[in-house]
Amino acid sequence: MKKINILILLIIVISLFSVGTVAAQGGTDDISDDEVNAIAKQLFCPVCENTPLDVCETQACKQWRELIRLKLSEGWTEPEIKQYFVDNYGARVLSEPPAEGFSLLVYFVPPAIILVGIVVLFRAFKQWKDDDDEINALEAEASSTSTGEATNPDEDYLARFEEEMRKQD
Amino acid sequence: MLPSLGYGILVITLLVTLYSVGIAIYGESQKDAAMIESGRRAMLLTLPLITLASAILIYLLINDRYDVEYVWSVTNRSMPMYLKITAWWGGQPGSLLFWSWLLSMFTSAVTLRKWDRDRDLLPWVLVVTGITLAFFISLNVFFENPFKLIPAGVDIPLDGRGLNPLLRHPGMIIHPPAQYLGFVAFTIPFAFAIAALITGRTDDRWLKITRRWTLWAWLFLSLGLVLGMRWAYDVLGWGGYWGWDPVEIAALMPWLTGTAFLHSVMIQEKRGMLKHWNMILIILTFDLIIFGTFLTRSGVLSSVHAFAESEIGPLFFAFIGFIFVFSFSLLIKRWADLKSETEMKSMLSKEALFLLNNLLFLSLLVISFWGVIFPLLSELFTGSKVTVGPPFYERATGPIWGALILLMGVAPLSAWGHSTVKTLGRSLWKPAIASLIAPIWALAVGITSWVAIGGFTLIALVIAVTIREFWRGARARSRRSGESFFTELWKLMKRDRRRYGGYIVHISMVLIGIGILGIELFQTDTQQHISTGETIELAGYSLEYDRLDQFRHEDGRLITRAELNLSKDGEFIEVLTPRFDLYPDGQPMTIPGVRSTLVDDVYVILVNWEGITAESTPFKLYHNPLVKWVWIGGYVFILGIVVAAWVDDDEEDADKKPHRTRRKRATVQ
Repeated sequence: MKKINILILLIIVISLFSVGTVAAQGGTDDISDDEVNAIAKQLFCPVCENTPLDVCETQACKQWRELIRLKLSEGWTEPEIKQYFVDNYGARVLSEPPAEGFSLLVYFVPPAIILVGIVVLFRAFKQWKDDDDEINALEAEASSTSTGEATNPDEDYLARFEEEMRKQD
Repeated sequence: MLPSLGYGILVITLLVTLYSVGIAIYGESQKDAAMIESGRRAMLLTLPLITLASAILIYLLINDRYDVEYVWSVTNRSMPMYLKITAWWGGQPGSLLFWSWLLSMFTSAVTLRKWDRDRDLLPWVLVVTGITLAFFISLNVFFENPFKLIPAGVDIPLDGRGLNPLLRHPGMIIHPPAQYLGFVAFTIPFAFAIAALITGRTDDRWLKITRRWTLWAWLFLSLGLVLGMRWAYDVLGWGGYWGWDPVEIAALMPWLTGTAFLHSVMIQEKRGMLKHWNMILIILTFDLIIFGTFLTRSGVLSSVHAFAESEIGPLFFAFIGFIFVFSFSLLIKRWADLKSETEMKSMLSKEALFLLNNLLFLSLLVISFWGVIFPLLSELFTGSKVTVGPPFYERATGPIWGALILLMGVAPLSAWGHSTVKTLGRSLWKPAIASLIAPIWALAVGITSWVAIGGFTLIALVIAVTIREFWRGARARSRRSGESFFTELWKLMKRDRRRYGGYIVHISMVLIGIGILGIELFQTDTQQHISTGETIELAGYSLEYDRLDQFRHEDGRLITRAELNLSKDGEFIEVLTPRFDLYPDGQPMTIPGVRSTLVDDVYVILVNWEGITAESTPFKLYHNPLVKWVWIGGYVFILGIVVAAWVDDDEEDADKKPHRTRRKRATVQ
């Protein structure tokens, strides 16, 4: 055989092997549905309303899931794939707003309001307790001027109350 | 002829309602009892009128009258009779009419009661319910006419479009009525509250009158939620029951304030406190109900644009705004008059713990409301849409639900007026020890999630505390009376229905909690393409794919049905048959194959959009531990409310004889 022929034959054989290897690397068959869904579950359909990507039934969503499968087979990581979707379709594909800019408000406003509520409640409690203490003090004063003894009616009641509860058990 | 008649009747009903409102206001200003009576009768008249209009609509629905647009849009010939009837609320116009019919029914029931002791409230109750009814009928009359004919010149279609298959599930048949019953019924306590504010009455008469209304309204609101969850689980095919969807949250929000209100009114009745707060709660609840109806009926939350395009969107918004401004202005005007009768002494008293309950429920409301409107705000202010999804809500509300469960375990042991750490501790330590069964069991079974362990422990605490309350009460009575324990248990529940009914409801809530913890924390799933003969495995179960059939049902559906053999540890359990139905109009429906026990559900669906052939059939298999407890909790819940709301002979007599002296209840309970 002429050397040039052997060379061509060699090139062809090597190419055939390479094709085989490349196909194996780009193969999406290895990526299971569960791996795709694990990521799709965390994303929302870019065009439908409030539908997670793993359950969305439209053709578009099916293609997006296949896109995830392809990227996984190419070695992309989960954060990279999610970022890809955000870059292409906007923040709405994420299952909650990114903690930046205007969206910071979604995380800060509820705790702020709840805190206000707690403060209001405890100030009301304190107000009631202070009013009550005031009344007790006045009553104690009134009774001490008449009987010469300083008594706290509340304390007595409390003691009797606890005694009663103990008996009931 | 009939459609025009139906429409005409609606117009007349609107006029009658407006008359009732007008004459009630005028009669009140003139102190003319005859005029007010006329207004009352006019309101009564609306019921037969709307019933007639609704009957006409139903007649059109079951007679395939496709010359009427609404009938065409929600029915078709292949639908069975019962579905054609329930199509009454299958679309926007019919659904609004259904709302009006329910409101008219409740208002009539209220106007038929004896008003002798509450004459001053009557005209204002008429006015509030009348304005609400007029609003909803106007929507039908001017914007969403259920009797509207198809455009002139167009041939009458041979067949209708048909109800969305998703709506043909039994759950969806009861869910809208249950939800609407809850929504509409809350109009009555609201009307009485406004009447009390307008007339300047500062007592809690309005609370006493509407106590049962509130209970039943709350029952149906809660049922609506549970039924919605059941429907989602059964037919939506994502193995779940709650997705924190805006429409779901729309139904949840009035339930949150409604539950707070339900508890808070007890403080007002027992201790004469929190009059302002109860007003705020009922106003909020009613506003949220209209808001919820609005959210469910319009597309406002999908986008700001849908809002502007929907005709009734802005109207609802205006109505909500009007109620809000009017109600709160009234409240501010009467603020000083609504003084508390007693003061709160102890931070561990029942009053204090009920207030804590309110704080927690309103925190849940704040989170839900803000999360639901935020995408809209984001689009308005930044132009870009965002999604506020389950992770946000779960993280924010999780601890609050936990605190509520803890509260359910502690509050029943607390006393009105006074409780100390000592007395609470004394009552609490035995149930607390008993509840340790939960973490011990959890660790033994291999659960490591501390959320699960904590959750189950708190639930066990509530069950222990509640059962102990029943037991202690019945035992004490039976010792004293000599009767058997069970007789005394029965008498106990009869004597204090509200308390013991409430306890049963608490138990139902934690049973639901068991189910939710199970499915939320321990659900596993897998999706695989397999061919006949192959097996999928998950959580110790094996599903062997037996066969795939495709056939046409007599009603035109193309049904694709798989049969799978479910086994565990080599032992055959049963055959599961998930299905995919394709309706003649192209609408699909996925029905899961489910095997449900107290321990777990095995749930399998055909993933229809992936393409189904026998060689490569895509299945999604879910393992949902404990989810059946959600539905069991639902049944126990109904029992609890029935116990709490059952009309007592004693109570009726007490109402009739105002001179009868009631036994003084010790403040120490």
